[in-house]
Amino acid sequence: NTSKLKQEPLSTHHHPCSCRSSSIFHLAKKSVFSQIGKTKKMTLRLRSSSWKSNLLKILRHNHGFGSASHAARHLRQKPPHEPTLRVSQNPISRFCNTMSEKLSSIGEHEDANTQVMDFPGGKVAFTPEIQFISESSKERVPCYRVLDDNGQLITNSQFVQVSEEVAVKIYSNMVTLQIMDNIFYEAQRQGRLSFYATAIGEEAINIASAAALSPEDVIFPQYREPGVLLWRGFTLQEFANQCFGNKSDYGKGRQMPVHYGSNKLNYFTVSATIATQIPNAVGAAYSLKMDRKDACAVTYFGDGGTSEGDFHAAMNFAAVMEAPVLFICRNNGWAISTPTSDQFRSDGIVVKGRAYGIRSIRVDGNDALAMYSAVHSAREMAIKEHRPILIEALTYRVGHHSTSDDSTRYRSADEIEWWNKARNPLSRFRTWIESNGWWSDEEESDLRSRVKKEMLEALRVAEKTEKPNLKDMFSDVYDVPPSNLREQERLVRQTIKSHPQDYPSDVPL
Amino acid sequence: MAALLGRSCRRFGFLSSGHGARSVSTETGKSLNLYSAINQALHIALDSDPRSYVFGEDVGFGGVFRCTTGLAERFGKNRVFNTPLCEQGIVGFGIGLAAMGNRAIVEIQFADYIYPAFDQIVNEAAKFRYRSGNQFNCGGLTIRAPYGAVGHGGHYHSQSPEAFFCHVPGIKVVIPRSPREAKGLLLSSIRDPNPVVFFEPKWLYRQAVEEVPEHDYMIPLSEAEVIREGNDITLVGWGAQLTIMEQACLDAEKEGISCELIDLKTLLPWDKETVEASVKKTGRLLISHEAPITGGFGAEISATILERCFLKLEAPVSRVCGLDTPFPLVFEPFYMPTKNKILDAIKSTVNY
Repeated sequence: NTSKLKQEPLSTHHHPCSCRSSSIFHLAKKSVFSQIGKTKKMTLRLRSSSWKSNLLKILRHNHGFGSASHAARHLRQKPPHEPTLRVSQNPISRFCNTMSEKLSSIGEHEDANTQVMDFPGGKVAFTPEIQFISESSKERVPCYRVLDDNGQLITNSQFVQVSEEVAVKIYSNMVTLQIMDNIFYEAQRQGRLSFYATAIGEEAINIASAAALSPEDVIFPQYREPGVLLWRGFTLQEFANQCFGNKSDYGKGRQMPVHYGSNKLNYFTVSATIATQIPNAVGAAYSLKMDRKDACAVTYFGDGGTSEGDFHAAMNFAAVMEAPVLFICRNNGWAISTPTSDQFRSDGIVVKGRAYGIRSIRVDGNDALAMYSAVHSAREMAIKEHRPILIEALTYRVGHHSTSDDSTRYRSADEIEWWNKARNPLSRFRTWIESNGWWSDEEESDLRSRVKKEMLEALRVAEKTEKPNLKDMFSDVYDVPPSNLREQERLVRQTIKSHPQDYPSDVPL
Repeated sequence: MAALLGRSCRRFGFLSSGHGARSVSTETGKSLNLYSAINQALHIALDSDPRSYVFGEDVGFGGVFRCTTGLAERFGKNRVFNTPLCEQGIVGFGIGLAAMGNRAIVEIQFADYIYPAFDQIVNEAAKFRYRSGNQFNCGGLTIRAPYGAVGHGGHYHSQSPEAFFCHVPGIKVVIPRSPREAKGLLLSSIRDPNPVVFFEPKWLYRQAVEEVPEHDYMIPLSEAEVIREGNDITLVGWGAQLTIMEQACLDAEKEGISCELIDLKTLLPWDKETVEASVKKTGRLLISHEAPITGGFGAEISATILERCFLKLEAPVSRVCGLDTPFPLVFEPFYMPTKNKILDAIKSTVNY
């Protein structure tokens, strides 16, 4: 049998390996039939031959292997022209496992009593019982936490130790974020800002997750994670500049407030569309893996965002591409006015990880120490093992969805107040750092007054700074403005000369 | 039977980039069909930039139209790979890759299936540079998709969705007419620092055969080409439709009408100057595309040329396009903007 195969002529499409001397390129020059036709022909052949020679025909047709053992040798190895990238379980090895199982069973007799079947994708056991998997587990997935409601360390809790310096930085940033949010919110109420969205209640998620990452990890935010930027060094002035859309705004005044972005801090610009950033993060993670960086991609989104198709697309891609990406879901209970009971019927988001083959954890989002530990551990796994990790951080959106929302219209003020007081992430963490002797009332009031002063000054300066030049309306649509945009700028400038009163005077021409 | 004969007309009358004043230099190369020319461009692109990737459904084994043949074997499965069946994921993933400075050459299996990715294209890719104040961009993204009539494709294997994309500032839309053009335009699109949607006329994948230079060359974007000179009427088109239009021009010439034929190549941003100069010379304009006439890209060309050339026009701008129906199967020959429909329109425009 084997000797007969060796005599067969080279196919037009053969495997480039040392087993045969061959050139790499083989464009099918004289194809006789269409792709569809060819498949039909192959199908006809398959019907008439034995199973084993069918397999060999497929191997030869698709990969140019001359025999089953030739195929086995190569499918278990890297393709010859691949760079020596040692990725664990690269896509080809998954294919290998299925093939190997098939190959290894060539020649075995199928026992009539064997209770397994080799479907594409692997062996599955049979069961004679008609069993449906329950729609939910008996118990909900438990939530990882380290500090109790009063900020006391839970006995026997596992966590990643933080130094005093890091702990104090985490806490200070949480306070800064809280003050920044409150002042910006008030500024909008006073008519100084057009719009704002706070992250009140989610400070621990913002800051503690950022603290557990490295500056090289690339961030794909939704819009409620300015704390990650804050941690990395974005100044209050820089935040204010974007909110006022002035000429110092890195975004050049093109977007609404809170649509921050910073390439120097590896924080991709916010877009208001929900969940569109999630598949982008997976592609970025793949790039980091291929470039062999000691870094991962991290994307944030809310409970509402997990209903979008992009979330599911991204999770599936991340698993298949083995991308080092962290999916951090801020499950804060509300998508504007829609409670989670109207959003999904699963046990939250954590259980969705398994559906895609993704390792997942549920964590108390208001416990800074637990958040830090979970993200730290997840990051290590993601980078070392080239895998995605899903983190569901349970929390509560204390603020309204945005300044365009009054959430007392759909939830009780008592509920909001309870979460703000009894479950406040700042007070819990403060208790813990104070118990370590790392913080005091004096430092608290010093910090708060300093930040408040700095914030008000930043607002004042940002408000006074002039807007970007009109030419910034036409630049960056493409790398270079095409002729239609040059023409339109010319026409707009003419119109401004004729009707200056129609245009804001604070945009320099 | 008539449909078959009509189709075979395309085969013989295939339009190669040989005649016309501003044609690409006619170097000899290898005789290639469209999918082989695309394949060559992809090989060159991946070879010339180690941080470039090709992915999409079924690209690993060569793709359903064979455009990606040999790439996975040559460059490895980490650079050329199959994706799950999910266009929004394919393009979203591609945007992320491109945002990190890579060239992401994405394949959408049929243009008919590009719509799940429309949000990613419009709200992410097109605005990535602008919204970030040029801190970020995804210029390395190129989305390739086969488009257009194929004789038996029906609703979901024949669509020409270019008009939807021409309405999106921030992306480019490119449509080649032939193998030689396709290779050069695809390489330009891949290397252009802006996200590009590249529609390939699937009808021409095997039907069109042309001498294609084997080396690395690029054809500039946003430059239309006068592929046939004339004095009486200007015809503008793109992709496979140009072959039909050229046959109409040949027939018109027999009746003493001299036609100037322009290949737009890039629809967004499009070369208004070349079309304007031609219409100022001829005084008449006819646009033809397979996509439905209402809201089709021909309307944009017509409106612009009217603005710029009103006093020079001898007749209304004529559009010979697909009808306002979903692309039908049995009725395809009635739906299509055929050579005779174009010829009739040429004559009525000239005799206006």
